[in-house]
Amino acid sequence: MHTHSIAAIRRHLSNGDYSSKELCAHLLARIKQLNETNNAFIEITEKEALSAAEQADNTRASGGAASLLGVPLAHKDIFCTKHVRTSCGSKMLKNFVPPYDATVVDKLAASGAITLGKTNMDEFAMGSSNENSHFGSVANPWDNARVPGGSSGGSAAAVAARMVPATTGTDTGGSIRQPAAFCGITGIKPTYGRVSRYGMVAFASSLDQGGPMATTAEDCALLLESMAGFDERDSTSIDQPVDQYSAELNRSLDGLRVGLPRQYFSSDLDAPIADALQQAIEELTRLGVSFVEVDLKNQSLAVPAYYVVAPAECSSNLSRFDGVRYGHRCDGPVDLEDLYKRSRAEGFGREVKRRILIGTYALSAGYYDAYYLKAQKVRNLISQDFTQAFENVDVILGPTTPTPAFKQGENSDDPVAMYLNDIFTIPANLAGLPALSAPCGFVEGLPVGLQLIGNYFDEARLLNIAHQFQQVTDWHLQMPADIRA
Amino acid sequence: MQWETVIGLEIHAQLATKSKIFSASSTDFGAEPNTQANAVDLGMPGVLPVLNREAVHMAIKFALATDADIGYRSVFARKNYFYPDLPKGYQISQMSLPIVGRGSVDVTLDDGAVKKVGLTRAHLEEDAGKSVHDAWQGQTGVDLNRAGTPLLEIVSEPDMRSAKEAVAYARKIHSIVRYIEICDGNMQEGSFRCDANVSVRLSGEKEFGTRAEIKNVNSFRFLERAINFEVERQIDILESGGEVIQETRLYDADKDETRSMRSKEEANDYRYFPDPDLLPVVVEQSLVEQLKQTLPELPEARKARLMQELKLPEYDAAVITADKATADFFESALDASGCTAKLASTWVTGELFSRLNKDGLDLSESPVDVERFSGLLARMHDNTISGKIAKQVLDQMWGSGSTADEVIDQEGLRQISDSSEIEKMIDDVIATNPSQVEEYRAGKEKLLAYFVGQVMKASRGKANPGQLNELLKQKLNS
Repeated sequence: MHTHSIAAIRRHLSNGDYSSKELCAHLLARIKQLNETNNAFIEITEKEALSAAEQADNTRASGGAASLLGVPLAHKDIFCTKHVRTSCGSKMLKNFVPPYDATVVDKLAASGAITLGKTNMDEFAMGSSNENSHFGSVANPWDNARVPGGSSGGSAAAVAARMVPATTGTDTGGSIRQPAAFCGITGIKPTYGRVSRYGMVAFASSLDQGGPMATTAEDCALLLESMAGFDERDSTSIDQPVDQYSAELNRSLDGLRVGLPRQYFSSDLDAPIADALQQAIEELTRLGVSFVEVDLKNQSLAVPAYYVVAPAECSSNLSRFDGVRYGHRCDGPVDLEDLYKRSRAEGFGREVKRRILIGTYALSAGYYDAYYLKAQKVRNLISQDFTQAFENVDVILGPTTPTPAFKQGENSDDPVAMYLNDIFTIPANLAGLPALSAPCGFVEGLPVGLQLIGNYFDEARLLNIAHQFQQVTDWHLQMPADIRA
Repeated sequence: MQWETVIGLEIHAQLATKSKIFSASSTDFGAEPNTQANAVDLGMPGVLPVLNREAVHMAIKFALATDADIGYRSVFARKNYFYPDLPKGYQISQMSLPIVGRGSVDVTLDDGAVKKVGLTRAHLEEDAGKSVHDAWQGQTGVDLNRAGTPLLEIVSEPDMRSAKEAVAYARKIHSIVRYIEICDGNMQEGSFRCDANVSVRLSGEKEFGTRAEIKNVNSFRFLERAINFEVERQIDILESGGEVIQETRLYDADKDETRSMRSKEEANDYRYFPDPDLLPVVVEQSLVEQLKQTLPELPEARKARLMQELKLPEYDAAVITADKATADFFESALDASGCTAKLASTWVTGELFSRLNKDGLDLSESPVDVERFSGLLARMHDNTISGKIAKQVLDQMWGSGSTADEVIDQEGLRQISDSSEIEKMIDDVIATNPSQVEEYRAGKEKLLAYFVGQVMKASRGKANPGQLNELLKQKLNS
C-alpha cells in the first residue's frame, strides 16, 4: 500500500480495504527502516500519528468524510508544529518546540490528514542539495550517492522512497520544484500569497511560498485545495476564493497555447534534458497544445537579483535567533555581545552565515541603492517579461533544472555553481507566479523534470496540464528499483 | 557673543488602542511582566505581524488635527538592530513613506505671541520591550509587555529658539493628542516621551550648529531644564574654542545634567528596508472624510469660540481649553449652573484646580463632579451664598459627597438678603461704634470698610455684600 497515491488511498480507506491506522503503521515501519539510509526524516511522530489515525478511522466509522481523512503525510521541518520540535534543519532550533501550529499544518489537520513526521531540509531552507542540514544530508533514493535537491530535500526523498504519499515543502527560489525534479516526483509552488506563511519559519518573506509535493499532479491538487486560502494572520495572503483544483484536472488541453522561453532552451541546457523536454512537447502537442517561442529577456539577471533580495530579507528575518528567548545559547556568555556573537556563530551553519553577511552588506548605508534597490528594479523587469509573455500564451514550459541530481559534495565548495542550480526556478519566485515541476524522463537513470509556469492564480491550469500529461506518460509512476521491490 | 538656540523635538505618543499595533495582545499598563506578550510580540519563528486598523485611524486623526499631509500610501520598514528587549532584532517603523507628512501647529508663547511650528512628519511604529537592569545581581530581565505597543513618532522642524518655546510646543502636541483621544498623555507611564535635538549658533548665522539629541525626558519641567543645561554646555564648549560633537545624550533628572550615551561613530547602521511581511497602507479619501466627522472641536477653535461667544479673557480661554477634559468640565458647569462665564472660569481654574493640585488628583478623579460643582456655582450666581462662603461650602463638599444645597442648609450658610435683618445688624454696629461713626461722618470715608467688616462678622459672613454696602452707606450718610 505504500505505493498508493492519495487518490487511491482515499478510495481504499473509503472502501474499507485498509484502515488509516494500518496504513500509517505500515508507512511508519518503512520510514524507520529507510531513514537509516536516506535520512529524509528529522522527526518521526509515531505515537501521535497512530493515535490520530485511530481517531480518523473512528470518525470515518461515524460518517466523517473530510477530504483527506486518515491520509498520511509529512511536513517539511520549516512548518511549526505545536508540541513537536521544529528545527528548520538548524542547530539553532535543535530544541525548539513551538506552542503553535503553522496555518498549513492546521488546515491539513482540519482536512483529516495524519502527520507522520518532519522532513529534513537545508538549514533555514538555504540550499539546493540538502547538504546544509544540521541533521545530515539526505540520500537521493534513485542513487544514494547523489543529492535529493533542496531545500525540501527530505520531503522529496520521502515521497520518492514511498515512505509517505505526500509532503509539504516550501519554495523560495526553487526549493519545491528542484528536489521534485531530482527525485522524480510532482511539486507545485503556488502564487505568492495563495498559501499562508503563518508559522512557516521565514527565509525570504517576499519569496517564500509553501506547497505540496506528491507522486502525481492529482495528489498535489487534492492537497493544495486544503492548504490554500486567505489567512487573516498573514497580511500577504490573498483574500480570493480557492479553485477546486481536482475538479479541473480533466479539462481538455485542446487549443492551449504554451510558451517556450528562448532563454530556457539555450545551449547551456544539458542535451539529454533538452531531449526529454522535446519528447514532452511532442506528447503535449498530441493533446492539442500549440507551442510558441516567448522572450524572457531579463532572465539572465534573475539569479543575481535573487541573491541580493533573498539574503537581504534573510539577514533581517534571522536576527530574532539571538540566544535570548529561545534557540541555541552559548555556554557562559561574559556579556551581551559575547552572548550574541557566540550563540549565532555556534547556532548557524556556513551557508546561513554566508547569506546573512551578503544580505547585511546589501542593506548597508551606501550600498542599499546599488544592491537592494537595483535588485528590486530587476525584479520588476522580470515580472514585466512574464506579463508580456502571458499576453500571448496561457502557460510557459521549460526545464526545472539545468542538470539531473549531482553527487553529494560535488558543488559544496562552490556556492555560485550551487546557486546556478536554481537558474530556471528563481524567476517564478521573483515574479510571484505559480510554477510546477513534473517528471518527464530519465537521464542515465536519474529523473528529470519539466517546469510549467502559470499566470497569477492559474494553479488549476498547471495541475490540469500536468495531470493530462501524466495520463499519457508513466514517468511519474517510476520508482527506484529497491523501492519497487 | 550672541548665541541662538535651535531646537527640534521628536515626540513619541503611545496610541490609545486596545491591542498592540501588530498583535492582539492588550496594551494595558502595569500588568505582571510578560503576561501581555503573545507569540508575535515574542518574535517566535514563523509568526507574522498584522496591522491594527485603529492605529492607522488615530494617525490620520492626528494629521487632520495638525493640518498635515496624509500619506495616502505609506510603507512599513524594518529598522534593524540587536537588543534583548527588541525580540525580532528589528523594529517595525516607517521610513521614506510615513503615514503623516508636513503639517504645523500654532503655539502661544509666554508673551502672548503666536508662533507657527512646522511638523516634518509623523510615523507609526512599534515600541520595544523594557530591560530591567537592577532587579538581579549581574543579570538583566526583559519585560515584553510593552513590545509592540503602537507609537506615533511626531517629528518637528528645528523651529524652536528656546527651551520655553520647546515646552510650549510639546504642551501643544500633548493637548492635541489628548483632545483627539489618540493618547492618554501620561508622561509618568511613558505614554508621551520627548527627545530634543539641540544646537546653538551665532546669531545671524545661516547654518545650524552640530546638534546633540537628548533622550529620556519624561516631564515638561525636565524638558526645559535639560535643554537649558544642554544649551549652556554647548555654549561653554564653543566659547572655550572647542567643538560640539554629534551624539545622543541622556538627561539625568537627579543631577540635572545631560551625559553622553553614544556618539555618531557608535551609532547603528539600521539597514532600513520595506517590511516584506506588511503590505503598503493605502488610505482611501472616504476614510479620511469619515474620520474628519469624528474629530472634536480642537483647542484653537474652542479657545476662539469661548473668547468670542462668552467674552472670556484670552488667558482664561487658553487655560480652559489647553485640556479637553477641563474645557468639557467648564462648558458643562456653565450650562448646568447658568452662571457667568467669568465666574465658572475663575472657579474651575482657581478653587477647583488648587484643591486638585493639593491632593495630587486629576480632573477625572475630582471628589466633586461637574454636577455638584455646577450646583455650587448656581448658588453663587443666585446670591444664595457669597464667594467667600462658597469656598467654605466647597471644602465641605470635597470630603463629604454632599451637594452645595445640603451643606448650605445644614450649616445655615444661606446669604442674608432680607434688608430689615441687615439694617438691624447695621444699627447695632453703628450704636456700638459711636466714635468711628463720628470720624466717618467728618470725612474719613476709608472707615466704610471697617463697618462692612463689623457687619459681616456679625452676620457670620452671610450678609449679601452688595446690599450691605448700599444700606450701610445710606445709614451712615443719613
